[in-house]
Amino acid sequence: MDQYKTLVTSLLEKGLRHDSRKLMDYRPIEVEVNPIPRANGSARVKIGNTEVIVGVKFDVGTPFPDTQDEGVLMVNAELSPLANPDFEPGPPGPAAVELARVVDRGIRESHCIDFTKLCIKEKEKVWMTFVDIYPMNDDGNLLDAAALAAVIALKNAVLPKYDEKEEKVMFKEMSKKKLDMSKLPVLVTFAKNASYIFIDPDRKEENVLDTRLSVSSLADGKLVAMQKGGQGTFTKEELLNIFDLAVEKAKEHRKLIK
Amino acid sequence: MGGKKAGSPDKLIVNGKRLDGRKLDELRPITIKAGVIPNADGSCALTMGETRVVAAVYGPRECFPKHFQLQDRAYMECIYTMVAFSTTDRARPGPSRRSTEISKVIKDALLPAVFMEKYPRTKIDVYIEVTNANAGTRTAAINAAAVALADAGIEMRDIVTAIASGKIEGQVALDLFEPEDNFGEADMPLAMMPKTKEITLLQLDGEITREEAEQMIEMSMKACEEIYELQKKALKDKYASEKSAEVEGEGDENGSV
Repeated sequence: MDQYKTLVTSLLEKGLRHDSRKLMDYRPIEVEVNPIPRANGSARVKIGNTEVIVGVKFDVGTPFPDTQDEGVLMVNAELSPLANPDFEPGPPGPAAVELARVVDRGIRESHCIDFTKLCIKEKEKVWMTFVDIYPMNDDGNLLDAAALAAVIALKNAVLPKYDEKEEKVMFKEMSKKKLDMSKLPVLVTFAKNASYIFIDPDRKEENVLDTRLSVSSLADGKLVAMQKGGQGTFTKEELLNIFDLAVEKAKEHRKLIK
Repeated sequence: MGGKKAGSPDKLIVNGKRLDGRKLDELRPITIKAGVIPNADGSCALTMGETRVVAAVYGPRECFPKHFQLQDRAYMECIYTMVAFSTTDRARPGPSRRSTEISKVIKDALLPAVFMEKYPRTKIDVYIEVTNANAGTRTAAINAAAVALADAGIEMRDIVTAIASGKIEGQVALDLFEPEDNFGEADMPLAMMPKTKEITLLQLDGEITREEAEQMIEMSMKACEEIYELQKKALKDKYASEKSAEVEGEGDENGSV
């Protein structure tokens, strides 16, 4: 591991990476919309060899007491052992919880979904939006892949019909109603090794990086969510530089959202 | 933010002052006391306004379970929990998704400061209980845990210091308290090592411009310097009280000779 870290750092010194990318290059991104017919909305995103499937399912439930006229958003991530030799079966660990919560934060804090439109009957019945993240192959930077897939899945999700008389969801019949996604938050993750900052770390790089920062931003340049991870540090100047780069890179990714 | 949320106060800033009378760049009153849990190797009780936390450090001690043991450095476990009666609605005891994430970011915030490689094959446990929650619990937890680590005599580069800045009614404000946290527009917790000004924690919830982000980072970094002095004072006060006890003890001995 230490040898590999030395290699990664010595390459970074020359402005290189082990897979011949430049520091601010993403791996190729592929997007597939609605690959899962049973889901109300879904997306498959590949960033290099990293592949994530995100599915959206709707149900009707009771609102939270502090937001009684708003629908509910639930984001969950399952790090299945099929995706990475280091993942173990069992309940979500800190990595899975962090992944889900960072994706959740980008969507929630950007107010890209008007949850008041997902209210059926105040205080009693609202639409619950379940976003489930399943990495199929983890070759690093699950965060960006999952965040992108979640926004695409939500944008393409269609609500099932709701029978007002019977007060139940008709899961097999689709309405024409979609979530009105007014804004599109895009998450961009930066990694730092020694004093070098680079984008979109793959799994080999993730295993040796000092620290990372993920920044979610909107088309107008507003920042909506951030998460620092890993055991290293950033200086203020590095952070301000990252904010600018994050907004620029997000513009490219936003074009992929169909 | 769309319309007003239920239970939201009419205004969060009145005549340039916040609902608790503070200025925008003013911290809540902070008290820090080191060495509050005799069983622990290091401990700290900290209050920031109505937010109260207690942190305890056990270790470096034998690493259990054994497979967590690292040959070249210590393994740290960090557990942040909220006691059941610390929140408006009773908090269900035990880990939640929120507390799992916060535990992780606290650990990531503390680790850059600790010389983990000086304690190979051991475990350092950091336990933090929030006894009364009124916003800013993760930053209070970091401040307390950093003092507890120092109190445990664990070698560190610096004492990690943390504070959150946020945005209320379009204005940048320091150290949000509950109504501002619930009904404000953004919250950005930050932790740093004041000596080198290296940032060890950064999170953001809410919509801000890049300029506001810069302002918030600067505001927090300045406030961290203030908190840093209080942390050091808490440690000095504790050692001063230990030393005077020792001197008294010696005095007795001398007296009996």
